Amino acid sequence: MSKMPPRANYTSTTNACKLCKPLGACLAFRGVAGSVSFLHGSQGCATYMRRYIISHFNEPIDIASSALGEKDAVYGGGRNLKQGLTNVSAKYQPKLIGIATTCLTETIGDDVKMILSEYRRDYNGDGELPVLVAVSTPSYSGSHMEGFHAAVRGLVEALSEGGPRNGTLNILPGLVSPADLRHLKSILAAFGLNGTILPDISDTLDGPALADCPLIPEGGTTIEAIKGMGRADATIEFGLTLPDDTGGPYLKARCKVANHRLPMPVGIRASDRFFTLLAELSGQPIPQALQASKGRLIDALVDGHKYLAGKTAVLYGEEDLVVGMAGFLAEIGVRPVLCASGGQSGRFKAAIDEVLAGLPGESPEVFEGMDFYEIAERAEALKPDLIVGHSKGYSLARKLGIPLIRVGFPIHDRIGGQRILHLGYEGAQQLFDLITNELIRAKQDNSPVGYSYM
Amino acid sequence: MPSAIFKERQDQIHRKGETPFAIDCDKESLAGAVSQRACVFCGSRVVLYPIADALHLVHGPIGCAVYTWDIRGALSSGPELHRLSFSTDLQEMDVIFGGEKKLYAALIELIDRHSPKAAFVYSTCIVGLIGDDLKAVCARVAAEKGIPVLPVQSEGFKGNKRAGYEAACDAMFQLVGTGDTTGISKHSINILGDFNLAGEIWMIREYFSRMGVEVVANITGDGRVGDIQRCHGAALNVVQCSGATMHLARMLEDKYGTPVVRVSYFGIEDMAESLYTVARFFDDPEMLARTRELVREELSLLLPELERFKKDLAGKKAAIYVGGAFKAFSLVKAFRLLGMQVVMVGSQTGTQEDYQELAEITDEGTIIVDDSNPLELTSFLKEKEVDILVGGVKERPIAYKLGVAFCDHNHERKEALAGFAGMLNFAREVHGSVMSPVWQFVPQKS
Ligand code: SF4
Repeated sequence: MSKMPPRANYTSTTNACKLCKPLGACLAFRGVAGSVSFLHGSQGCATYMRRYIISHFNEPIDIASSALGEKDAVYGGGRNLKQGLTNVSAKYQPKLIGIATTCLTETIGDDVKMILSEYRRDYNGDGELPVLVAVSTPSYSGSHMEGFHAAVRGLVEALSEGGPRNGTLNILPGLVSPADLRHLKSILAAFGLNGTILPDISDTLDGPALADCPLIPEGGTTIEAIKGMGRADATIEFGLTLPDDTGGPYLKARCKVANHRLPMPVGIRASDRFFTLLAELSGQPIPQALQASKGRLIDALVDGHKYLAGKTAVLYGEEDLVVGMAGFLAEIGVRPVLCASGGQSGRFKAAIDEVLAGLPGESPEVFEGMDFYEIAERAEALKPDLIVGHSKGYSLARKLGIPLIRVGFPIHDRIGGQRILHLGYEGAQQLFDLITNELIRAKQDNSPVGYSYM
Repeated sequence: MPSAIFKERQDQIHRKGETPFAIDCDKESLAGAVSQRACVFCGSRVVLYPIADALHLVHGPIGCAVYTWDIRGALSSGPELHRLSFSTDLQEMDVIFGGEKKLYAALIELIDRHSPKAAFVYSTCIVGLIGDDLKAVCARVAAEKGIPVLPVQSEGFKGNKRAGYEAACDAMFQLVGTGDTTGISKHSINILGDFNLAGEIWMIREYFSRMGVEVVANITGDGRVGDIQRCHGAALNVVQCSGATMHLARMLEDKYGTPVVRVSYFGIEDMAESLYTVARFFDDPEMLARTRELVREELSLLLPELERFKKDLAGKKAAIYVGGAFKAFSLVKAFRLLGMQVVMVGSQTGTQEDYQELAEITDEGTIIVDDSNPLELTSFLKEKEVDILVGGVKERPIAYKLGVAFCDHNHERKEALAGFAGMLNFAREVHGSVMSPVWQFVPQKS
């Protein structure tokens, strides 16, 4: 069997398994308190991304745009960018505006840094100028995850300052769900750790019903906290496929904050690693409550293992989420047979190998830069028992007549994508029940008898 | 708190009765205003999207293609090629050295793989800027593969959605006139401007068939390349959605002399009037009689059911914010039929005439707005104490956060809202949301 990436065989992309770069940046900026995401480009990009994000979170997300027209594309978008910033500042009164470029403004060569420094120089509006953080995010180089990490790095670069240690811990979780972020906070609290999570979309993209809804939702990482990240004791970054120049290494180089890169804590072993590090950093043992939930998890794995024995899965999505899920599936006896991503970090295969080490079963096929046409092609040959990924694999699952376990982003065909918990023992517990029950359901539905016992 | 309305936008909002009618529209969105609008590409993409046996290749970076993958609820009775998202996924090197080679190779590959009846190639923001000659590549592939390969000039920043509609019509018009028109009945029409969301065009076609009218081409819901190629053989073009396909109807009129009538299939009155318009055009007494019979039959089924909803809904207040203004006309009437009051109505891309017409058919005090944004919509919904907002996915969370009911009337909806049965679905949807017990728990109301 060929292990050549099918990608090499095709020129066109069909049903991409990635999103565009500025979308990731907008999501990350959304996790800063008092911020508005701003796209420098044509109006359509912002509208498309809003629609895409809204369909997952079911929350308002205002992404402003410099709304370039034909003339601006010829003479440069500086005028529109400045006017847009003034308008956003006047109406939203943000503390921070996170600016991401788009294909259009990158191609016409707008010098955003220069435009912003002119803007700061000439600013004479009332009140304080919001913090302006700009990242370069042309979609023709890199996917939404690169955009996300670039925005996080842009934020610490713009704001974090060195100085005496303040006893905090930085967590750069990547793109995880609001439920994951809430869980992370409770974990930090259980260790007695004072942490800064950047970005934090737990409230800004999963807010409560309120009597009066503010223009910018409550929540998010505060600017003060981001400033303090340069004085933290350590940073933990989730992700084995991250590029070299993310926020963690920056904080290490500039502010001497120790950096730890861990796999996303999905499943038992990755969660163990995370909690062991937290124990080390906090000087506390792993809290009793966490140990108890691990105990219940292991007990559940034993109860359910027979329903999973010999099953295989196809996984796709953002590289680091797939890495996490692959490790977890292998732990519970579901063998990953294909790990696919539209991302192209160059580190995907090594990361998968790392999380699968020591677990039984053949190594899966691992491909970067894959689209759903290729995923379907391989999946049809591999005949998996289930598919694990976001909503966009639904048509494949339907075609193969097997369950789709929905994880990650986007979940466009179910309610509650923002409430899916992936991380820690608790996340593993929920995923385990979901996966096992889906397989039991598939068997039950297809059985001529239809037992009401398992 | 600052006012929700930008000074620059004040003239794009009209309050009926307070001043003589005047509204500013058809301009570029204000930078920084979080417009609900999309772009030229989006306009082209939504119009052409339902043509199910064509290849739709987006030439550009990946985003534009992924965000439009399978987004319309436009159904096909046969091939489903339109539901796939094809892209050249341009990379940095293509941007530097040009994307023509990649486009050529992608087209050949996809045409070989899927054997489409035609290919539409959409240009996105950067295609012109990097100097790609889309037309030349399309012509070359068309010659090699023997199918029409049509460039769609839809660079995102060159106008708004309406410019995209025109680009789509220009592309389709290149197909027209190349098919065989023998055997087409003298009582024949093309349906323009229905996109077969949730199977709507099937209902409309069924009405026409009961009247004895032949439909030559669906443009574009459940559309086929072959039908469009022979659509110049139809006796009449029946156009819904003034913006999207009117340009094509005008071109057909100029070149082939096909007359045009404008219709709407939303709401009972407009639906019935649409059928009568067509029947009157053919001036055939039997057809007219059949049409009357059809309307009578449908209404006798529908009206008693509607009464049930009306009892609960009478007096409730509605707001409408949709893409094109044409839909708003019918919605105003449909709400009136339910005994409800429209207090705000707006669109992304309406024209002077559209807004004028809205001002005429709405009540005193109604807010009429062009190219609105979340800030304004929020303030209007609060000010008017609206019970339900009709809009698309981007408007939904605005309503929900304010504790306001919502009805999706956009191109992503999965419920048929056109036709007589559609009016009932609409009433059911509105009722289902407005009368839900959840509102008693939202903080605004409790
Ligand atoms: S790919 Fe580029 S042009 Fe297309 S939506 Fe994304 S940023 Fe905009």
